[in-house]
Amino acid sequence: MLAYIIRRLFAVVVMLLVVTLVTLSIFFLIPKMTGSDPAAMFVGKQADPASIEAVRQKLGLDEPILVQFWHFVSGIFVGRDYTGGGDTIHCAAPCFGYSFRTEQDVSTMLVDAFPVTLSMVIGAAVLWLVLGVSTGVVSALKRGTIIDRAAMITALAGVSLPIFFTAMLAMLVFRTQLGWLNASYVPISESFGGWFGGLLLPWVTLAFLYAAMYARLTRATMLEVLGEDYIRTARAKGLPEPVVLGKHAMRSTMTPILTIFGMDLGALVGGAILTETAFSLHGLGGLAIKGVSERDLPLILAVTLITAACVVIANLVVDLLYAVIDPRVRLA
Amino acid sequence: MLKSSQRRIAAGALLAAATMVAATACGGGAKSGDGGNGKAGAPGFNAGVNKVANPSDKKGGELKFIGSQEADSWDPQRGYYGFVWDFQRYYTRQLVTFKAEPGSASTELVPDLAADTGKISADGLTYTFTLKDGVTWEDGKPITSKDIKYGIERTWAQDVISGGPIYIQQVLDPKNEYKGPYKDTAPDKLGLKAIETPDDKTIIFKLPAANGDFLQMLAMPAASPVRQDKDTKAKYGLNVFSSGPYKWQSYTPNKSMKLVRNDKWDQKTDTVRKALPDSISVTFTTNADDMDNRLIEGEYDLDINATGIGSSARQKVLQQHKENADNPQTGMIRYAVFPQTVIPNIECRKAIIYAADSKSLQTARGGPQAGGDIASNMLPPGLKGADPKADPYGKLGGAPDLAKAKEALAKCGKPNGFKTTIAVRNNKKIEIATAESLQQSLKAVGIEAEIDQFDGAQTSGIIGSPKVVKDKGYGIIIMGWGADFPTGQGFLQPLVDGRFILQSGNNNFSELNDKAINGLFDQALKETDPDKAGELYKQINTKVSEAAVYLPFTHEKNIIWRSSRLTNVYTADAYNGRYDYASLGVVK
Repeated sequence: MLAYIIRRLFAVVVMLLVVTLVTLSIFFLIPKMTGSDPAAMFVGKQADPASIEAVRQKLGLDEPILVQFWHFVSGIFVGRDYTGGGDTIHCAAPCFGYSFRTEQDVSTMLVDAFPVTLSMVIGAAVLWLVLGVSTGVVSALKRGTIIDRAAMITALAGVSLPIFFTAMLAMLVFRTQLGWLNASYVPISESFGGWFGGLLLPWVTLAFLYAAMYARLTRATMLEVLGEDYIRTARAKGLPEPVVLGKHAMRSTMTPILTIFGMDLGALVGGAILTETAFSLHGLGGLAIKGVSERDLPLILAVTLITAACVVIANLVVDLLYAVIDPRVRLA
Repeated sequence: MLKSSQRRIAAGALLAAATMVAATACGGGAKSGDGGNGKAGAPGFNAGVNKVANPSDKKGGELKFIGSQEADSWDPQRGYYGFVWDFQRYYTRQLVTFKAEPGSASTELVPDLAADTGKISADGLTYTFTLKDGVTWEDGKPITSKDIKYGIERTWAQDVISGGPIYIQQVLDPKNEYKGPYKDTAPDKLGLKAIETPDDKTIIFKLPAANGDFLQMLAMPAASPVRQDKDTKAKYGLNVFSSGPYKWQSYTPNKSMKLVRNDKWDQKTDTVRKALPDSISVTFTTNADDMDNRLIEGEYDLDINATGIGSSARQKVLQQHKENADNPQTGMIRYAVFPQTVIPNIECRKAIIYAADSKSLQTARGGPQAGGDIASNMLPPGLKGADPKADPYGKLGGAPDLAKAKEALAKCGKPNGFKTTIAVRNNKKIEIATAESLQQSLKAVGIEAEIDQFDGAQTSGIIGSPKVVKDKGYGIIIMGWGADFPTGQGFLQPLVDGRFILQSGNNNFSELNDKAINGLFDQALKETDPDKAGELYKQINTKVSEAAVYLPFTHEKNIIWRSSRLTNVYTADAYNGRYDYASLGVVK
């Protein structure tokens, strides 16, 4: 088990290095192919060529791709200095680059944004997992009844409606009309009530979409599992129904759900862009949008890296959990 | 039984209907927040355009801005966005600034840190200013002439302080010999020879060539003082040391900013800034539609960006809250320009101008209110020398003149029309709509225009490169332009002076290089009397029309929100039709 975890962690590191290199290469190649100059984007519209060249050097854009890669990776461990024009900017370790748009360390921006996204995603994930799985199980057990139909129609609506629509609808009803909630994020360290109130709508909105998908997936899987021979055997042995469902059926049902859950969770941490934008939450998704719209390369690189890290780590956790849920799985 | 897709549609339709019901129900029900919303107390539509709405000198309260676009930089030497220049006067002062008056009266320059608007030598080469007594920094230390010189010097350090305007650098040091204060070998870092500071109260600017708009450049935030011991170089924009009526309390980029009173600022030294609110807050949001709703709900007072209410909230505002809206001109002109390297024949260019349907182009821009007035020439109203009625191609009527267009085509030697390409930025929805409108109009006379949507973020390297324009065959380019300072030089020179044709970052897209026009600019720049200079800009504008390289669409207008509790609200031409932020209050 330990050897398995070490091997997987090693693979995670290699994966992240590859992602970094690929992302850097894209930034390196695209300007060359399109004839645009990233340095020119950082200087004013009246800048002369000498100023553009000085900024290019300061950003390290004049260096070969592998040197840029080395500087980036080493900066994460030992920090990095950006020198030019008689000014030196120190980016302390772990340095994920420096945003010349906002004149901030990217790490500072990430530290600021990460708790917002994490709060939103974890809260929503708890909601959608509980609601989605329980709805799916009930639907499967009450197959063909009015409960099943009502649950699946609601789930269909959840899957069908785009999140920006449900977000606007939720804000319209619960904030504008009823005045129950505000949509401003408050850090949990400042006020638990403010944090909870500010995130409730994003949680519900995000969970509505995902719970719908999980309910449909759970129902389908559960129905399939309930038709398996070992369930019939368990019932034939006279096991009580709660044990058959809880101990035998649920374990198998949860395996594919857990797989999807790991990927969804990882991807959402990297960028629940629509939800964050709709609710004006300043999380990683917002940073990604900002990075792309302003061509802030260090910011894009860092968010890409964080997203990749979240996805691979979430998948690792899921793989480990397989063994806990399903005794047939053995990690080696 | 419904199929899956039918079920999906039915469910979607049901919820959409529910939403509409909810939306309709809330139509007029904006709730009252402390920002004050809706009709109560609002002085009426356009009450803040060219006149003061809710005049009041009462102090107190918090003025609440909201915006969807962050500043490019809050550093006085680095900001270039129009709203940033307006807002920066809360915490910066300049030698001279724009008068606190509505409309075009705002373009008059008045003393700020200086005791008067300067003594200008007869040859227009030397400007001498004496500072007022009692002007201080936020820690109470006096603002000196050396602080002003140091602040201005920072614009030379483009490799550190990048992004801001460099007009002063171009005028004082056209060969760019000074390398900026961070590379300055002088012990006091004040090595720029074109500025002298014989004592702490006197500052002298020595220009190598006269420029009648030099005072305009000194009114920009880029000419604000910066104290050397407070200069954090590239990071200065994260916490600016105040010389104005407010100082920074907190700032988190892309989230929020809070300014509070600078108790060391003395009202007696400042005839421009009223400093009415006790504090000023700015909140940045990522959802522009939600921002409009929050303004309507009264949660905030105004949009700091002032780019106009979004299309989804616009109708609601005009139907239910019109008295809270103003519809000013922004000083921007929207136009099509014809590169002469691609369409060299003037008659072919005239054919395009005559064939264009100005009314349809105005509609594509958003109509008379959200888009603006039909433009017939390139100098916007409000600038000295402008004549909005000058209409050499009969565009103000709105309809195309197909007969004249065909006549021009015949003279051009292409009676059946020709093929060309319209270049338009792919990130500007409205510009794409205008390109499509123009494409339709031109079809009527046989001009087949293909639309090429280029990467809007790469504008300076694509349409800003004459070589790329020629290689791609861009016969028509859709663009917009606003002046950095409200004179003919600020507006027209980058667009039509042949000496401003650049190989990258070019704005003279037509590559107009007319000796007569260039000569008129030289005359106008030497002229220190704005009215006389205006006459020269009028002549330039006439010659530009004659060259048939521009098809102006609209003098842009937008619809901006003004909360009911806002006092002393008026739009100022000096700030491109934005409210004069330094005059605003929130207590009636």
